[in-house]
Amino acid sequence: MARIALEHVDKTYPNGYVAARDLSLEAADGELLVLVGPSGSGKSTVLRLMAGLERVSDGVIRIGERDVTDLPPQQRDIAMVFQNYALYPHMTVRENLGFGLSIRKQPRPVIDERVKAVAGSLGLEPLLDRKPAQLSGGQRQRVALGRAIVREPLAFLFDEPLSNLDAQLRVETRVELARLHRRLGATMVYVTHDQSEALTLGDRIAVLKEGVLQQVDTPMKLYEEPANKFVAGFIGSPGMNFFEGTLTRIGSGGMCSFQGADFTIRVPCGAGADGRVFLGVRPQHLEITDDNARGDGVVRAEVGVVEPMGNEQIVYVTLADGGRAVAVAPVQPRIVAGEKISIRVRPEGIHVFDAGSGKRIPG
Amino acid sequence: MTALAAPPRGKKRKAGISWGAWIFGTALVALIVFTLFPFYWAIVASLTPDAALFKDPSLWPQHIILDHYRALFGERDFITPIKNSLIVAGTTTIFCLCVGTLAAYALARLDFKGKAPIMGFILAVTMFPQISIVSPLYLLLRSLHLIDTYPGLIMPYMTFAMPLTVWVLTGSIRQIPKDLEEAAHVDGATRRQSFTKILLPLAVPSLATTGILTFIYCWNEFLFALSFTLGPERQTVPVAIALFRGMYQVPWGEILAAAIVATAPVAAMVLIFQRRIVQGLTAGAVKG
Amino acid sequence: MRKISRLGHEARLGWTLVAPALSVIALIAIFPLGWTVWESLRLHELRMPWLGQPFVGLANYVEIAKDPRFWAALGHTAFFTVVSISLELLIGLFLALAMNRAFRGRGFVRAAVLVPWAIPTVVAALLWRFMFESQGGIANALLVDAHVLKQPIVWFIETSKAWVPVILADVWKTTPFVALLLLAGLQNIDLSLYEAAAVDGANAWWQLRHITLPLLKPAILVTLIFRTLDGFRVFDLIYVLTGGGPGTSTEPVALYTFNALLQNLRFGYGSALSVVIFAITFGLAMIYVKGLGVRLGGDET
Repeated sequence: MARIALEHVDKTYPNGYVAARDLSLEAADGELLVLVGPSGSGKSTVLRLMAGLERVSDGVIRIGERDVTDLPPQQRDIAMVFQNYALYPHMTVRENLGFGLSIRKQPRPVIDERVKAVAGSLGLEPLLDRKPAQLSGGQRQRVALGRAIVREPLAFLFDEPLSNLDAQLRVETRVELARLHRRLGATMVYVTHDQSEALTLGDRIAVLKEGVLQQVDTPMKLYEEPANKFVAGFIGSPGMNFFEGTLTRIGSGGMCSFQGADFTIRVPCGAGADGRVFLGVRPQHLEITDDNARGDGVVRAEVGVVEPMGNEQIVYVTLADGGRAVAVAPVQPRIVAGEKISIRVRPEGIHVFDAGSGKRIPG
Repeated sequence: MTALAAPPRGKKRKAGISWGAWIFGTALVALIVFTLFPFYWAIVASLTPDAALFKDPSLWPQHIILDHYRALFGERDFITPIKNSLIVAGTTTIFCLCVGTLAAYALARLDFKGKAPIMGFILAVTMFPQISIVSPLYLLLRSLHLIDTYPGLIMPYMTFAMPLTVWVLTGSIRQIPKDLEEAAHVDGATRRQSFTKILLPLAVPSLATTGILTFIYCWNEFLFALSFTLGPERQTVPVAIALFRGMYQVPWGEILAAAIVATAPVAAMVLIFQRRIVQGLTAGAVKG
Repeated sequence: MRKISRLGHEARLGWTLVAPALSVIALIAIFPLGWTVWESLRLHELRMPWLGQPFVGLANYVEIAKDPRFWAALGHTAFFTVVSISLELLIGLFLALAMNRAFRGRGFVRAAVLVPWAIPTVVAALLWRFMFESQGGIANALLVDAHVLKQPIVWFIETSKAWVPVILADVWKTTPFVALLLLAGLQNIDLSLYEAAAVDGANAWWQLRHITLPLLKPAILVTLIFRTLDGFRVFDLIYVLTGGGPGTSTEPVALYTFNALLQNLRFGYGSALSVVIFAITFGLAMIYVKGLGVRLGGDET
């Protein structure tokens, strides 16, 4: 096992499209690093750069201590699980699993033994003599996984491996992958566009937007201390509510007043907090309170749509002055569409972001 | 015409069949008859004595004789043109497949400047009128003493067989997913290994199809074969048939017998491989 | 920098793999073409070798422009091409629409219809020549029986009548190919378009005019390219069916060139004719290709 590191990597395609900008990133030895971001964020490109399937325009890629920037994929000793599995259709499962080893001229008995062991651990033994066309989606996914494991590589790369599975299978396989990581202790770099997948799987998560690294941190840190508005809005579902407004200092006691279109509230603010901002509040921190509540951070709202999720209710509201928001309420009392309610912004859940740069203002 | 509306209708049918379907069905049958009649007629005529051919022809064979077929393989020595066609078409096809596959791989998988001009060039060459290069090729072959030889036909056949092969194969290889070879590379295979172990096995059907198409085009070629051969020793089937001469009159009986003999294997190939052939033709043609 | 060496490696590999095929094509196609152009600027009568091969500039081309037989041949070629293509498109479209539906025996129909395409053109020509040959031929017999003709006619003595078997033979042989190209285009049309139209109340004719034909345009265009070029290069068919006759009244440009070259052995003049044919064919091809905007080097993404 080894770490994988990108140092100041740029990738620009011949047609001018910039996929990665001054990217520096490291997956530590034995860590599961998730690369997450919307389409076009460059996450798949980063993975392919690590694999050697694309060449960097500038920068260095290391595996372990080795500079592999100019090495082709064959010589990097990493394994990759493709989004469409890329199983060799004309070979049996057994031959697919053993391909990497047979290319490296491993002796037959060694190959057979390793293939058998991996097939066993993934429940593929009864399928060994079938061809990929005869397998279900979930089975193919496991074969793709097995092909990577058999090689005992320095690191694993996963390119959205779950996106072709149906919802339930996706959840089950996610758990299997987490278990696999713990068992192998392997370095894994995992690409997904699904932020909940990222949160559940990653030791650390790197959030990418348009080729630029936004933040790389543990899941909880990303959730609780997002570096900027983009990360805050991307991580967590339903997404964070943003209210535009102005922040003005009150006195010298470290408090500011936020004046938004729909409500005002007093928030603690650190140095440098002043001017146009976005106030971010997660739906979990918008409390539906009784109608008589008034005052700081309380706003009247009308319920638009309610999504009953079984363990909670997701409530989409229109605020008094026209703004929209999403709140999460407990299962009881039941909320009905059209109902007029009061919402209180809980101060402990407030994040302040500079309107210009998007960066979070700590305090 | 209900046939023109492609969507599947419900299982319920109106009683009887609409007049649109009748017209359609009749037209289709007429077309089939139109297509197959000339062959049928040729078979009938090839079994009829020459004298009876143009006197009051009837649709049923009156008086079956095998003389024409016997003469074909007897005095006419029709075996020789068949042999020549097989050798020329076969060699051209095999050579073009080997060389063309490499070029197609490069054009479909590798990235280098000049790909588009090359494809354009190849497409342009397929549009050459053969007549425009007949005379210099004739003079060239004559100076190399290759007139009336096998190489003297195989070389000129490359002018249309090679572009055809490269064009169709490039289209076919592009349809094989790229990530299979990428997976092989990550697994440790060199380019050559991923080519031989992954791509080539998957490309075999396309190779077969392209081979069939190329073979058919070579077998049917006339102008070059006519111009670059001198006598029955090296003539190919189309030339031999076209130049059948009789002592007093055109020996239609034998000509048609030869036509049937020349057509039967091709017809058989088409019947067996029709799905492949259709795929190959359309893969090459309707891209873009 | 180091990165360039890998990029250069791929380009080098690419060129190496393409080189054999490319050089064969260049040698066998480009080189003779160049020679033809060179020859076309000379006087080269193989029958009169004492004249040598003097450079005569554009004299051959001037002769072509004044040559009535050339212009007649051009007219024949254009006539043949236009009539054949029109018929082939119509019948081919019908056939393609038919083959697009699944019906019992579809495979057989497809194979049967493909056989004329697969046989040598000369054989096709012979079959049709035979059917229209003499007054005792089967074509005459059938037409008289069907009361289309009052009495058998001699087809190959009169120009207008001689064209009939020629065009019939070409349509017979090539319509399958046209049908296939159109069929491929048909199969690319999303079925749900028809379903949506049917739900909206459109009948079959409307669907044909407003969905099928417009979406088939690219395929029709491709077919037009191939068939026009083939039509202009026609040789085998007419050589065997009419020999260009009666006289030279069905002679296409390719056959005229052939006669000039290998019968009259006028290599200079014949080469000039070749160049003219090439220019016309190429010009047509360029017009079509520009019109289609064929993607040549791009990968399927």
